[in-house]
Amino acid sequence: MNYVIDIVLIAISAALINNFVLHYFVGICPFVGVSRRVDMAFGMGCAVTFVITIAAVLSWSITTFILIPGAPLSRWIAGFFLSAEAAAKIDLTILSYIIYIFAIASAVQFVEMYVRKFFPSLYKSFGVFLPLITTNCAILFACLMIMANIVGVDNPADAWDLGRSLVLAAFGGVGFTIAIVIMAGIREELDLCDVPKPFQGAAITLIVGGILALAFMGFTGVDSGLKKALTPEPVAQVVVSPDAGQALQLARVSKSLSVQ
Amino acid sequence: MERTIKKMADQPTTTERFIQGILPENPVYRQLLGLCATLAVTNNMKSALTMGGAVAFVLVCANVITSLMRNLLKPHLRIVIFTLTIATFVTIADRFLAAYMYQMSKTLGPYIPLIIVNCIIICRCEVCASKQPVITAAADAVGQSIGFTLAMASLAAVREILGTGMFFGLRVLPVAWPDWVIMVLPPGAFLTFGILLGTLNWIDSLRAAGSGKK
Repeated sequence: MNYVIDIVLIAISAALINNFVLHYFVGICPFVGVSRRVDMAFGMGCAVTFVITIAAVLSWSITTFILIPGAPLSRWIAGFFLSAEAAAKIDLTILSYIIYIFAIASAVQFVEMYVRKFFPSLYKSFGVFLPLITTNCAILFACLMIMANIVGVDNPADAWDLGRSLVLAAFGGVGFTIAIVIMAGIREELDLCDVPKPFQGAAITLIVGGILALAFMGFTGVDSGLKKALTPEPVAQVVVSPDAGQALQLARVSKSLSVQ
Repeated sequence: MERTIKKMADQPTTTERFIQGILPENPVYRQLLGLCATLAVTNNMKSALTMGGAVAFVLVCANVITSLMRNLLKPHLRIVIFTLTIATFVTIADRFLAAYMYQMSKTLGPYIPLIIVNCIIICRCEVCASKQPVITAAADAVGQSIGFTLAMASLAAVREILGTGMFFGLRVLPVAWPDWVIMVLPPGAFLTFGILLGTLNWIDSLRAAGSGKK
């Protein structure tokens, strides 16, 4: 049960509260560049969600099996050259950035080839965005967050497992899609507006993005309210603020959903 | 991008490249590159300048190395090589910050490794360093990083002063100033950058109109 709560919290936090684009500012380039039409924005969002999920699997496996001190694979390989004691101390985390970026670049390349060969219609809808994604900050950012939650924890038992990493990445991608599609919808309407000439293009997009970020700040606190509502302890407390009430309502909805 | 291509066509000199990076081709305000870092770490001057320094280090080193090996590059592998070169220097910068400015490296967090995918650096490697001799590439990198740092500093100054009433942690506005907390939060970054960008465009169009009349 605890695990499920954890997963739900990670998902909501990644998709809404700490939205990748509007809270962490990663993936701003496509957010400004490809958000001109809704269908293109949706294609971009799907491509990012797809690649980010693959990258999460890769980075979790690489970090757990190769990079962290005493990782099984690196220990096994080092065991051929070093004593068992020295091999257990091998710490490759310093190489993490180079390895991640290399893994992402090659994964994108392979995915592009695979999709083009076996799913031509899918390739037509979002394949064109795939090569662009290699240098998308959102992907590397997800990898780094997963690494921080494996390497950065004090207690090895708290390190994230594959499920948590996957949920973080997939819902981060969903959050990116939500943000970019909303943005594209607004920009389609914005074309009909009388925007002052110096502000046309990027400037007005950023200002609208700021207002959007402001709106997404309204989700702050949903996670703590949700946690309170989902924990097995009785939560018969007086609802203090409308914010917490909203969170509780959302928690009830998600609870009833999970029951069904 | 069009400007960049045009620039390639008439091959500016080394000095021109250096100056172009600072204002006429400013990476942030003109080319809209490297926005992640620009928006994320500009809620106070100190972190903005540290980030500017880190980017400058990586940019100059990556440009010099790329320029040194420009004759060995294979066209289809060049982006991978650029990225790996950049990743190496970013690792160095990250370790350095963690060793000597621990608090700052905690504050900047994932944005230091995200320099790897900062488009400014890959763009400069591709556009300039892979075709020019070392001196030109280095001058270009220095110019671009000065431009980047200036842009970050301008954003950070606005955000820090309006958001907390302080500048470099020293109070500049009276205590009675109601802090615009929104300025140091994420939406403030978008709003400030959008307004500064629009204002700069406006000044530009005024100047263009002025010179057109003459």
